[in-house]
Amino acid sequence: MATFFGEVVVAPSRAGVDDEESAEEAGEETPEDREIRRELEKKREIDVLWTLKSGASTESCSAEQFACSKFIVAIGHNAAAFLSSFILDSVCWEVVGVVKLWNEWCRTSNTTNVLPTDSFCLFYRLISDPTVLLCQCSCYVAEDQQFQWLEKVFGCMQKEGLQVTILSTCPVADYKTQESTLTLPSPFLKALKTKEFKEQICCSLLEQPNIVRDLPAA
Amino acid sequence: MFVPCDRDGGSASLDFKGFTLLMPAVSVGNVGQLAIDLVISTLNMTKVGYFYTDCLVPMVGNNPYATAEDNSVELSINAEVYSVPSKKLVVLQIRSPFIKNKYRPFCETLLSWVKSSKCARVIVLSSSHAYQRDDEQLLGTPLRYLLTPDLEKAVGGLMQELNWKEMEKVAAYPGINDTEKVLRIPGGGITKLLFTESCSKGIQMAVLLKFCSEGDNIPDAFALVNYLNEWLHLIKSEVNTSSQWKIPSSWRLLFGNGLPPALF
Repeated sequence: MATFFGEVVVAPSRAGVDDEESAEEAGEETPEDREIRRELEKKREIDVLWTLKSGASTESCSAEQFACSKFIVAIGHNAAAFLSSFILDSVCWEVVGVVKLWNEWCRTSNTTNVLPTDSFCLFYRLISDPTVLLCQCSCYVAEDQQFQWLEKVFGCMQKEGLQVTILSTCPVADYKTQESTLTLPSPFLKALKTKEFKEQICCSLLEQPNIVRDLPAA
Repeated sequence: MFVPCDRDGGSASLDFKGFTLLMPAVSVGNVGQLAIDLVISTLNMTKVGYFYTDCLVPMVGNNPYATAEDNSVELSINAEVYSVPSKKLVVLQIRSPFIKNKYRPFCETLLSWVKSSKCARVIVLSSSHAYQRDDEQLLGTPLRYLLTPDLEKAVGGLMQELNWKEMEKVAAYPGINDTEKVLRIPGGGITKLLFTESCSKGIQMAVLLKFCSEGDNIPDAFALVNYLNEWLHLIKSEVNTSSQWKIPSSWRLLFGNGLPPALF
């Protein structure tokens, strides 16, 4: 593609494929490359640490999945702040887990004593009904980590009769509509639901061609 | 990888033995994916399942082929499978790009699923950068095909009759050594990998591609789907074939929202 000034630049493709990737298959991956890639993958692994009744932290829960009837996940700073302001308090809710991860955008730790401006991903349980779980995830989970997050978190829960609610926010400017978003009264709510969800929803459904991305989509 | 929808048909209706699998490659202009959208929308195909995979960027939305209020609330994700048993056709639609370093595992899993479900053949709809064409390719039709040796035996003659052009190979070391030729599909995403793997695994695969650039790729999608129709006759080809394909409702607002009146 030639620009106004005459220099040729490679136009980014909507297809999302770099030519570097196809060049990579032409050459063999050296043992050093493999080692670097493995180290990077290890660094990008997600750790989900659950605090059991005994107070000890544990990672694996493959043996025993805990009962869960409702799981509310708040993804992003706004949704997490909503839960902090209106739902969470230290009387009714206790911290039961934390996610430790690293990527180019953020790093979380396994401390549960966090500030609202930190990047964190914490799990809470309602003391009066321990099958109600809540997750505040204000850190960005990169696209190669989203599947892992999903498998590790949901892997620990009994999924029979489980109702999952995901809270998230998107910029109004990203909303596709016939009119301009300038005149749209915002903020506004939209929902997506599976056909198994039979309860009433408090707002209208997300119309085509709008879609949801990242961790909420996963 | 493949997860069937729980439908009334049960497992009996999910036998793809002898079917043609039609799929897109995520490639320049997303032409293959747009063409697949046209096929699914026009033939009113039923969703039979999806791929549970960590290789594609996650996304979710409501039914992209909705025609009315009542059929617009079904969720749709990044890799879904549709079928029309009467035409022995099964279609895979891919709606998001590959996660870095995951395109190879996806191809491997996909091809082993093709083998295990005993599909008769695979047709990949794809595209390639128009600016990479040589002088000869600039003239004539921008559409090309490729056949694996196993499919060549079956339909090679048909391609001759249709007067289709096979994708040319290019010199491996241009300017230095013109005798050694290799297949290159710049901007084609996983097309070349799928094709070369199918050749070595004995899978009957055809690639149909169009040279194009990024931009408004709807005309390219129509050209590609009409090209496919010359072979498969999915719809009756009349004089104005373009009007026979049904544009899905999700193609609205491809280039942004309406303008604020205050702008003027």
